[in-house]
Amino acid sequence: MPKLTIDGTEVEIEAGASVLQACEAIGIEIPRFCYHERLSVAGNCRMCLVEMERSPKPVASCAMPVADGMVIRTDTETVRRARQGVMEFLLINHPLDCPICDQGGECDLQDQAMAYGSDSSRYQENKRAVKDKHMGPLIKTIMTRCIHCTRCVRFATEIAGVQDLGLLGRGESAEISTYLEKTLASELSGNVIDLCPVGALTSKPYAFHARPWELTKTESIDVMDAVGSNIRVDCRGNEVMRVLPRLNEDVNEEWISDKTRYACDGLRRQRLDRPYLRGADGKLAEAGWDDAFAAIAGRLKGVDGSKIAAIAGNQCDAESMFALKALMTALGSPNLDCRQDGAAFDAGGARSGWLFNSGFAGIEEADALLIVGANPRHEAAVVNARIRKRWLRGDFSVGLIGPQAELTYAYDYLGAGPQTLADIADGKHPFAETLAKAERPMLIIGVAALARSDGAAVLATARKIAEDSGMVGDDWNGFNVLHTAAARVGGLDLGFVPGQGGRDVAGILDGAGKGEIEVVYLLAADEIDMGQFGNAFVIYQGHHGDAGAHRADVILPGAAYTEKSGTWVNSEGRVQRGLRAAFPPGDAKEDWTILRALSAALDKTLPFDSLAALRAQMQDAHKSFATLDERVLESWGAFAASGGKPGDGPFAPAIGNFYMTCPISRASATMAECAASFGGSREATGTDG
Amino acid sequence: MLKDQDRIFTNLYGLHEWGLKGARSRGDWDGIKEILARGRDAIIDEVKASGLRGRGGAGFPTGLKWSFMPKESDGRPHYLLVNADEGEPGTCKDRDIIRHDPHKLIEGCLISGFAMGAETAYIYIRGEFHNEANRLEAAIDEAREAGLIGKDSCGSGWPFEIHVHRGAGAYICGEETALIESLEGKKGQPRLKPPFPAASGLYGCPSTVNNVESIAVVPEIIRRGASWFAGLGRENNTGTKLFCISGHVNKPCNVEEEMSIPLKELIERHAGGVRGGWDNLLAIIPGGSSVACLPNSICNDILMDFDSLKDAQSGLGTAAVIVMDKSTDIVRAITRLAQFYKHESCGQCTPCREGTGWMWRVMERLCDGAASIEEIDMLDEVTRQVEGHTICALGDAAAWPIQGLIRHFRPELERRILDRRVSGPAVAAE
Repeated sequence: MPKLTIDGTEVEIEAGASVLQACEAIGIEIPRFCYHERLSVAGNCRMCLVEMERSPKPVASCAMPVADGMVIRTDTETVRRARQGVMEFLLINHPLDCPICDQGGECDLQDQAMAYGSDSSRYQENKRAVKDKHMGPLIKTIMTRCIHCTRCVRFATEIAGVQDLGLLGRGESAEISTYLEKTLASELSGNVIDLCPVGALTSKPYAFHARPWELTKTESIDVMDAVGSNIRVDCRGNEVMRVLPRLNEDVNEEWISDKTRYACDGLRRQRLDRPYLRGADGKLAEAGWDDAFAAIAGRLKGVDGSKIAAIAGNQCDAESMFALKALMTALGSPNLDCRQDGAAFDAGGARSGWLFNSGFAGIEEADALLIVGANPRHEAAVVNARIRKRWLRGDFSVGLIGPQAELTYAYDYLGAGPQTLADIADGKHPFAETLAKAERPMLIIGVAALARSDGAAVLATARKIAEDSGMVGDDWNGFNVLHTAAARVGGLDLGFVPGQGGRDVAGILDGAGKGEIEVVYLLAADEIDMGQFGNAFVIYQGHHGDAGAHRADVILPGAAYTEKSGTWVNSEGRVQRGLRAAFPPGDAKEDWTILRALSAALDKTLPFDSLAALRAQMQDAHKSFATLDERVLESWGAFAASGGKPGDGPFAPAIGNFYMTCPISRASATMAECAASFGGSREATGTDG
Repeated sequence: MLKDQDRIFTNLYGLHEWGLKGARSRGDWDGIKEILARGRDAIIDEVKASGLRGRGGAGFPTGLKWSFMPKESDGRPHYLLVNADEGEPGTCKDRDIIRHDPHKLIEGCLISGFAMGAETAYIYIRGEFHNEANRLEAAIDEAREAGLIGKDSCGSGWPFEIHVHRGAGAYICGEETALIESLEGKKGQPRLKPPFPAASGLYGCPSTVNNVESIAVVPEIIRRGASWFAGLGRENNTGTKLFCISGHVNKPCNVEEEMSIPLKELIERHAGGVRGGWDNLLAIIPGGSSVACLPNSICNDILMDFDSLKDAQSGLGTAAVIVMDKSTDIVRAITRLAQFYKHESCGQCTPCREGTGWMWRVMERLCDGAASIEEIDMLDEVTRQVEGHTICALGDAAAWPIQGLIRHFRPELERRILDRRVSGPAVAAE
């Protein structure tokens, strides 16, 4: 490891690190604008200049690799003057509009001007004005503020994999622009707002709504997909103003998808804020909690457990599902399911059968990838960025079975349906050899491939491929399920699946239609065909007036993900906890408390009085919940033993419209605007360019 | 004065045939097979011993630069890149080499390409040099047909191919790493160094960028021997050099002269002297627009070479001597240069992007004296905030002419400011 001296202190750091990183390692802060850990080095802002022995000029520390015997000084007059000079240059054409700038309070330029700038400007000439650019409904641009650090350009081309942004023109006429007045067509576009060190790119929906210092920041977990992105929820009072990413190297690095970031305005609309009862006139009418519980108790009286069913939705926290399962068990009902789409997971089999076993970070170690019936770009945009990151390193073959998709990396299109999958399993397809040759092959199977009548057979075939091509080893498991529902893995882990002789979702719907199921409890489940419930008495507990609430006979207003302290398990099986950022609106309550109160009204009082007690019981009953935040490498047990033969219909896409997949995003005006301007699938139309 | 027998560019003025036949009659392409047979190291050592310094402006020792190329290929090809993007205002030497003596360059490409293990050379030629590029391509075709380059260059067994690439008019593409970017089809923006091109240049492969003149003089150095070349000029500033004399002289010209010739002698002997006599001289920019100007007092006895001009806080640059007599509005002249650099800045890095425009605007005001005295010092400070803080040397090139102006013509700047205070603006406010 090279040894160098920085300001008289000796530092040893791994080869390939930059001088800037070496400085940071010993706690010397180097100001910078263009440098970002996750982007390529541009070295263009020149703020990080330091002095290097035997170099006549100061060097850009972000771009200078460390070398043995280097002598660096960061505290000299030359360095101080260089920084001050760069700062002055950045400010001469920067507008003095901080009071009306949304970046105010979290602006790198503002902060560093305080530290390195001088008191007043010597610039007497006219300032430059730059025309604002149209970057779609999410990104607001005030390009006069731009300091040309090119972080956004580098993010778009490197991470998001879209060629829409660039630096046009040269010299002082250089402008960051979308080349063709196009919107920035990426599901990750919002991240450029976080990356922009100044107020050139800010959040359009959040514009002029709040200032950073008046926000309460709460750490939480995203539920818009099954990635489990770590987020920070910023609230003013009880209102969620914005959602920002938190750093988690293993999960989302520091990116989040646009849906995660912008669907939060959906939390303000279409909310269920009090209980409702469907009256004799067939209309829903406001009611009190006691009336609602009484109505439920009245309907359940004398109904046999086998005629009661419960379905958990896609965004439920584990605590409420645990409580509902306990209540259903107390009522004697085996009819439980958390798989609204009917995906054929072997709930009785090993846990590795429904996990993203390699972990998202494992993608970076893989050397071949087979995607089956999934579109990672829409189903897990952040994971897609990770696949692209691996692909950019080279020597990575990607094969896709399923609907053709515009991914951000090159792939071999292998086929549309299970027949191709079977060919690979039988070794008849050339890609089987690619997988077999790979040292760390990987398979990503989407829920769309399993949510079909031959789902079990598809799962079994995928398992065979995994085993035959050496995906499963002692320290490596490349068999990966990519979920789309944040609650799914938690539900499967909790065994929120049909008990002995119980019915699954299809069975419940069928039973309800035939009158064999009399009462259905929907825990924020909106993604099923509500028309099939026949005459069943539907209890809907949830937070949005979506499909479920429209069908319900009793509505119990619950809490959205930002309004409760809850546990979610992501695709990887990582158990993560989000904290409550705001209170549920009106009379709405946190979900587990509703179930606990209802259980008392039904005389089946659940044995916990606090969240802590509930969690303790949950962890006792389901060991996987005992480990927080860490991913556990599951052993490769038995699952999908009874396969059957896969059919031959092509795999369907799991997501029709990326921007509208859940009650919250469907209620979001921003998401509606995105859907309108990008189209759900973002595929090119005849009039596109 | 350079003796005729020491001249390298014997067809600089196009008096003779430019083609292969003419070139051969001037001794080009003679004994290449034997030269290559001496081996890579021998050629590099010869060039090192000759003391040849890069003719593109920076004056980096050419042989040393070549020796940075890997001795053995690690599987990546090596590239020789010839910088014919001659855009430095005042300079037109490479253009004459290409149009009148293209085989000197092609021959030089083969020898230097061989010396650095490159089987391919790219000549990046300025887009405006339309006819020159045609002629260069024709000359390359001639050489290829004659077997001088190609699969078995001159029977040496060394495969060598030359491609001509035309630029699109950006001055910055004459910067070596911007040239590489441009060759790759990207926007011409200089790269960060390290890595240097010799480690990772064109398409990530070891590359060396040399000026046309540096390459074109190599065959003669090898043929006549390093000691001959080193015997011309003075220590550390050896050989012959093409000077481009323009401006207020009686006979503007390109001329090959011995390095370290006194500036006054160069102008008097070859350019017919300054218009109106030596005493009518105001200032000279000795090395193309990027270097500081020299007032007549210094011009009297300065030597035209790298070290002497550096000592005078200027530079040899491309040896484009721009002469200005006393009729010149020197402030306006330097302002025009400032505008040029503002126009040609690539916009990548902060000091140059913002600084060149600032400097130009202040200069514009200084032309009319519409400034305060303190702003002269401020301008000087701004040039120093740009200088040495940028990715490439364009920032320095923009700063130096202004520094030279302030250093040598401060009284003129102050006079304009004071005059305006007394008599008001020359033109009434519109």
